[in-house]
Amino acid sequence: MEISKKIVLHFPENLVERPITYELVKNYNIVFNILKAKVAVDDGEGMLLLELTGTQNNIDKSLKYLKSLGVKTEPLTRDIIWSRQDCIMCGICSSICPSHAFYIVPEQMILKFEPEKCIGCEECLKVCPYNAIKLKLM
Amino acid sequence: MKKTIDEINEKIKKGKAVVFTAEEIIEVAKEQGLKNTAKKVDVVTTGTFGPMCSSGAFINLGHTRPRMRITRAWLNDVEVFCGIAAVDLYIGATQIPDNDPANKEHPGRFRYGGGHLIEDLVAGKKIKIKALSYGTDCYPKKELTGEFTIKDINDAFLFNPRNCYQNYNVAVNLGREKIYTYLGILKPNLGNANFCSAGQLSPLLNDPEYLTIGIGTRIFLGGGIGYIAWHGTQHDPSVARNKYSVPKSGSGTIAVIGDLKTMKPEWLRGTSIIGYGVSLTVGIGIPIPILDEDILKFTCIKDSDIVAPVVDYSYDYPNLTGRVIAEIDYATLKSGKIRIGNKTVPTFPISSYPKAQKISRILKNWLQTGKFLLTEPVQRLPGKESGIKFRPFQGRYK
Repeated sequence: MEISKKIVLHFPENLVERPITYELVKNYNIVFNILKAKVAVDDGEGMLLLELTGTQNNIDKSLKYLKSLGVKTEPLTRDIIWSRQDCIMCGICSSICPSHAFYIVPEQMILKFEPEKCIGCEECLKVCPYNAIKLKLM
Repeated sequence: MKKTIDEINEKIKKGKAVVFTAEEIIEVAKEQGLKNTAKKVDVVTTGTFGPMCSSGAFINLGHTRPRMRITRAWLNDVEVFCGIAAVDLYIGATQIPDNDPANKEHPGRFRYGGGHLIEDLVAGKKIKIKALSYGTDCYPKKELTGEFTIKDINDAFLFNPRNCYQNYNVAVNLGREKIYTYLGILKPNLGNANFCSAGQLSPLLNDPEYLTIGIGTRIFLGGGIGYIAWHGTQHDPSVARNKYSVPKSGSGTIAVIGDLKTMKPEWLRGTSIIGYGVSLTVGIGIPIPILDEDILKFTCIKDSDIVAPVVDYSYDYPNLTGRVIAEIDYATLKSGKIRIGNKTVPTFPISSYPKAQKISRILKNWLQTGKFLLTEPVQRLPGKESGIKFRPFQGRYK
């Protein structure tokens, strides 16, 4: 099964000239779409916002590879899917959500999700006890 | 004037019982006074929905041809207990598959286990079975592999030795590292406080002295009908109580039983607790017959009247020191932040209040439409006069 993931890459000056995206295609069979790019000018750091599509395994491998080169990666998503049917409205995801995209309404104790606040760190995905938070599958 | 359970049941059968949830009754009694409300109201319904370890299910497969006296068995790769009889098995909610990496890659994810197996069984999904035996003259079969659904087996009943804790710890972390507990992830230096009780809706908090709840009480269990079988393990009625008779820490518990074939997967959920293990999230609702004013008064308890102990899970809990850092009431816990010392700490619920509300409303509906009759308990749960105490292990050990 293929998944799609938006990722922000920050790469240091010494890597700006290296054809990193080509290597992702060639070695890990990743399809990518450039959503945003900033060429290094003042601070010497380049930035790319990519949408990667491939198998989970290959995406994991590419992220590892990027890390090994010294490229900082951070996921960007609106790809988190909150299944209200599976959710029981405990507050475990809200306890670890760094941007308060998932939050509990005080007193009422209802869980809410504001996708525009989500930075796509995927921490909620790991901690949800009821498998109610998923990544959008392609 | 006292009412009897028989009188209330007559009204339920006629569809005339007056029923409120433990949340609604607070306002009703405030407006109409205790005396009038006690006369008018027949039943108050409670509810709770949270992870409840010490849960499990007995199943009887029925006999194979030739017969088999099973000694070890795995359902969906989760080992079940077989040391009961030939084809009687017990699924423990916290059992994980033999090949689960557990916490070897910390924190473990615990995606499947006994709790999920029970949920799948109730949902009518196909379950894989593998079983072994040494074989006897009367039970010659030595190996079994196959699959079944809940419809294919003789019996399946939930039997949870300890559920429905009357009050519970609020977990915090005073240490310097993030920790993974059964009450969720706790950030260092009082980064968050996690609590786990339905508070004013919680069954045993609405009958704190067990005036009506006892062995044989018919209850909402896992979406079906269940009964209280006994006081739960670790039942601890003698802990300190506040002026409303509400225990200031975990105390009463119940053992519950019910036919799994009548239950629903919405109310029995397999639970994966990161870094800790698996469990079962159980829905329980207990009806409280309003036989007199005293009983009614207890059901009018509000979140602000119930305090919970704040406990450090980095050192005090694992080492059983018994230290309580602070006591905080549930209204404050539900406001989203509490003060501990000079620090503001965000709070998060582990049990689901919206689902607890839903259970109390379902039970209310059952009582209003004559689908559910009350039972007279055959024996009350042991109270503080019983001398029963939850003690640390008294045996010898290294």
